[in-house]
Amino acid sequence: MTSILQTRGLRASYGSTKVLHGIDIEVPEGSVVALLGANGAGKTTTLRALCQMMVRTEGSIELGGQRIDGRSTEQIAKAGVGHVPDGRGTFLGLTTEENLRLGAYARTGRNGRDGVDADMARVYDYFPRLFERRAQQAGTLSGGEQQMLAIGRALMGRPRLLLLDEPSFGLAPLIVKSIFEIMRRINQEERVSILLVEQNARLALQLADTAYLLETGRVVLHGPSEDIRRNDAVRKAYLGE
Amino acid sequence: MEAFLHQLLAGLATGGIYASVALALVMIYQSTHHINFAQGEMAMFSTFIAWSLMQAGLPYWAAFFATIVLSFVLAAVVEFTVIRPMHDKPALSVVVVFIGLLVIFHSMAGWLFGYTIKQFPSPFPSDAWFATRMMSAHELGAIGITLVVLVLLFAFFRFTPLGLAMRAAAQNAASSRLVGINVGRMLMLGWGLAGAIGAVAGMMVAPVVFLDPNMMTGVLLYAFAGALIGGIDSPLGAVLGGFIVGVLENLIGTYVVGTEIKLSVALVLIIGVLIVRPNGLMGRKLVTRV
Repeated sequence: MTSILQTRGLRASYGSTKVLHGIDIEVPEGSVVALLGANGAGKTTTLRALCQMMVRTEGSIELGGQRIDGRSTEQIAKAGVGHVPDGRGTFLGLTTEENLRLGAYARTGRNGRDGVDADMARVYDYFPRLFERRAQQAGTLSGGEQQMLAIGRALMGRPRLLLLDEPSFGLAPLIVKSIFEIMRRINQEERVSILLVEQNARLALQLADTAYLLETGRVVLHGPSEDIRRNDAVRKAYLGE
Repeated sequence: MEAFLHQLLAGLATGGIYASVALALVMIYQSTHHINFAQGEMAMFSTFIAWSLMQAGLPYWAAFFATIVLSFVLAAVVEFTVIRPMHDKPALSVVVVFIGLLVIFHSMAGWLFGYTIKQFPSPFPSDAWFATRMMSAHELGAIGITLVVLVLLFAFFRFTPLGLAMRAAAQNAASSRLVGINVGRMLMLGWGLAGAIGAVAGMMVAPVVFLDPNMMTGVLLYAFAGALIGGIDSPLGAVLGGFIVGVLENLIGTYVVGTEIKLSVALVLIIGVLIVRPNGLMGRKLVTRV
């Protein structure tokens, strides 16, 4: 199996504060990989490092065999990385539909419109609520709807790799459940590989094929989700069993 | 009554100029949260460029469009070389840079073109078919051109992917980068557009106030008042505010305070708006849920 994402010795720092101390992560093509860990372990920073967003990085990052470290955030988006950021990154003053159209910018740039309407129809198919709210100012959407919008926006760019930062954060359990079901569908139907950061280890391990456990900026454990779930330390610390 | 009507319509004509400059101010404010105090001087400088092109023998409309293009490039270069390095600096430092730009453009115009007052032609002959007893051809033509500029801009921001990307970059730079928008380039484009709009305003006001380096000083103040009245973050509000200020300035100047101190009308309006309705007429408080 070829890998869509491969990092080697990835380090990241905010100013002089080092957060990641050389991590190796691999996302096999078409799979879902979970990044687990406590607050401050470096999960969000890993996603930011992959997109060169707000952090300085060292080490290599390959997307589908091509080095993307050293490129700018917008170039990485154009290379096929869809990022659903921490805090959802909604364009609050624009409408739902405008938010989605912006998602296509990574693929079509400033001129193209081709396929945008069809992609949008597909996003509305996954998230009918967004269709109901399409003309509404995105700032007035509920937290769950904004999370759907963030995922939909990333999908509009037809990404090869989707980075999801805590999609369950602050949402009601039922909404979380439906969002995770849709992510599974997206992974299977769109053949999009997913790197998922999640506090809720139980949910994440259900969706993911493999998982990495981060502690203070290092990978301390990785393997198939089955094995991680059975690991005693993980069960105590992250699954509460 | 007829005199009153005449003053009202003349106010609309100058109001159109204020509306354009106010719009240029708002465009830069929206994306950077700074007021470009040099906007008026840049517009004046653009008008001198147009004047030089016409002195060199270009026909009016050729000079008109060439000036728009040159002003766009000039403003974009100013953004790239002077403003961009300031993007993470404190607001007051940026204000000082703007004032520096104001002085530079003012002095450069005086040095290159001289301080003597020059005639600037209107593209609308005074015997044009649409000239009326109430409004001169130039006044009507200036309003017409202002409206064309506004409609074009509105359509650009509302209906094109690039316009949408510019609005996005102004709102949320981090998310914009994540969807592949080069935010720096959008800011540069915004400055370019503001410079081009200012150039049109300068060329429309110059036949009325005559061309010299001090031409835009008052205009900028009125435009600022207009932008505040309309709401400093609302393009439509800025336009509306510009027209309102134009009419008020003319009526109050004619009937209440006289022309000598009518510039203070702008200051009174600015203070009044800030006290009574700081968001302006159309400036919206962003509705958000957390």
